Amino acid sequence: MLLRTKLFGKTIEFRSIRELMGKANEPKSGDELAGLAATSIAERVAAKYVLAEVTLETLRANPAVPYDHDDVTRVIDDAVNETIYDEIKGWTVGDFREWLLADKTTTDMIRRVSNALTGEMVAAVTKLMSNLDLIYAAKKIRVTSHCVNTAGLPGTLASRCQPNHPVDSPEGIRAAVYEGLSYGSGDSVIGINPVDDSLSSVARLLDMTYDIIRTWQIPTQNCLLSHVTTQMQAMKKGAPVGLVFQSLSGSQLGNQSFGIDVAMMDEAYEMAQKYCWPTGPNYMYFESGQGSALSANAHNGWDQLTLEARIYGLAKRWKPYQVNTVVGFIGPEYLYDAIQITRAGLEDHFMGKLTGIPMGCDACYTNHARATQNDIENLAVLLTAAGCNYFMGVPMGDDAMLAYQCTSFHDAPSLRQTLGLRPLPEFEGWMADLGLMKDGVLTDKAGDPSFFLSR
Amino acid sequence: MQDLDIQAIVKAVLAEIQTFEGATVDAAQPAGTADSDDLNIDLDDPTLPEARQRPGIEKPINPDGLRALMAATPARIGVGRSGPRPRTAASLLFLADHGVTQDALMHEVDPNLLEELGLFSVESQAADRQTYLKRPDLGRKLTEAAKAVLRDRCTKTPDVQIFVGDGLSGAAIDHNLRQIMPVLQQGLSSAGLSMGTPFFVKNARVGLLNDVNGIVDAKVCAILIGERPGLARAQSMSIYLGYRPRPESTDANRDAICNIYEGGLNPLEAGAHAVQLIQRMIRDRASGVELKLV
Repeated sequence: MLLRTKLFGKTIEFRSIRELMGKANEPKSGDELAGLAATSIAERVAAKYVLAEVTLETLRANPAVPYDHDDVTRVIDDAVNETIYDEIKGWTVGDFREWLLADKTTTDMIRRVSNALTGEMVAAVTKLMSNLDLIYAAKKIRVTSHCVNTAGLPGTLASRCQPNHPVDSPEGIRAAVYEGLSYGSGDSVIGINPVDDSLSSVARLLDMTYDIIRTWQIPTQNCLLSHVTTQMQAMKKGAPVGLVFQSLSGSQLGNQSFGIDVAMMDEAYEMAQKYCWPTGPNYMYFESGQGSALSANAHNGWDQLTLEARIYGLAKRWKPYQVNTVVGFIGPEYLYDAIQITRAGLEDHFMGKLTGIPMGCDACYTNHARATQNDIENLAVLLTAAGCNYFMGVPMGDDAMLAYQCTSFHDAPSLRQTLGLRPLPEFEGWMADLGLMKDGVLTDKAGDPSFFLSR
Repeated sequence: MQDLDIQAIVKAVLAEIQTFEGATVDAAQPAGTADSDDLNIDLDDPTLPEARQRPGIEKPINPDGLRALMAATPARIGVGRSGPRPRTAASLLFLADHGVTQDALMHEVDPNLLEELGLFSVESQAADRQTYLKRPDLGRKLTEAAKAVLRDRCTKTPDVQIFVGDGLSGAAIDHNLRQIMPVLQQGLSSAGLSMGTPFFVKNARVGLLNDVNGIVDAKVCAILIGERPGLARAQSMSIYLGYRPRPESTDANRDAICNIYEGGLNPLEAGAHAVQLIQRMIRDRASGVELKLV
């Protein structure tokens, strides 16, 4: 294998696809930490030149973790549609980029090719794309899903109502749900990150959120983002589960560190079809984030973008209702500042859509990252332009439990009204019936949680 | 002793308030404005609890109900809106709360404080704040120069080695160190334990315990370190302790006392708690997971 180019008269060579993929990445502190990043900007560009000539076939033959050692590699490779793959395997990554961007390439054509892609191919083309490339190409790819609501339709933007509380107080969470609903947040899901992962606590919060949904006849679904095994127990005990959640990693070792494997998720998926209360057919909710494999030392010497792309290939197996990257949550040693977080948010959304999953984004940052609320608002505007399915809604963007900041309850209506989008159609109908929204705009009654004290 | 400490703290706080007010008055007198005499802005602190709990919704459907909802959660609800955007007060309060965490993150520990407590300074391999944030591995190691200084200046084989690191909040050290150090020193002394030479490490991570104990060879090694700031809370400090830390020791081999600040775990209490924990570690010759199994 020879991987080299001249650049401004100087020869730059790469020893392996692995090294090439790491060095072709846009700058990320996590790749620097892992010793995989290019050591100069020229070397980074040289890597992109060489990567642009690599074929998709070569990428399939060089997975981040060998097929025999890793169930994530097996899930993705086994799912490749061989007929479509035969048509595209000779494409170079550079060809692939231009095909995605070309005027003649439609949503349906991309969705078809998605069925022949591996995570390594998705990551590789992403490395050649600028931020606007990522926005433009992602905007072409619509991925819809259905549970109670229909998500991902053109012209819509959904919001997960994330009403977390530092000690899981049901009354505190109920108060934040009311606030969120009054802003039109909750069409994606009413989804709680619990502090207490016990079955009794999780079941209690499932009951409480289901009660709100029934009392107000809200077209949405509920979800407790506990470990998947707790939700499986809850389903068996008859607790009302709307979506089944789990965080995923891009390697078998990484998933082990989350306490899951493919067989366990298969079982959870089967149970969701059997026990979840909504219409479906999409019952799963996954989260991801660049750097999670490295932080568990489960990256096998590969860059964080490639590991992230593999998560989406894995997630596709269980036909999720929604998937989002929690893009700035992991901290500055993986994504240092607003530039890197913005880039990663755009990459992850694009890669999810290219893989064919209904992708949203938790646009967020921690207090030790070099980022502010302005940066996250910027990212939300960019992602909305890219056709992102949903964002988080958190009281003033300040999560009272997870100690990080993300988008506010205010941001979904602001983005919708700025960029001419609507909530998910079933949910908008409900808001209009209650008099909280008219013609896609919040009414005078909206933004007041005490509205929901009347039933 | 405690009374004296409290008096000193009260004095320091008063001095700080006066300086702050002085600065405000100066800034509020722009030169050459014709109507500047009429301008008199003198705000109450918007970060006090009663200001935080004030509803931002002008005409709520159920005012008492709204207050009850707001009282049920520390989340920022009931803040109101103008169009789809937050009202000005809620927006500025968020900026204030985030601002104080950002200042704490970049805050350098007061050199006068270190001098007053007799702490000399060395550095981790993270040469600056940016490297520190990007490379946790470097923050866990001492520079060769730092090792030489410790070899030269520190008492070897004490029962207990205590040192201080800025961590992710230098402000936390400024807030708590003056109170907690005397408690630790007196507590260890009354327990009959010898204490090594305390010092300060800049750009420090908890893992420094391993490098430090490789030089001083204490029975118990402890670092006082600033925690990652939470929104509106930047003064929180932790103590991480290990029994005979080795190069390969991890968090599993350590114990931690967290959330130390006035309003969380009081630094005086935390110091007393640390002394008890150290005594137990020495008695059982273990820390972290191993200590739980004893």
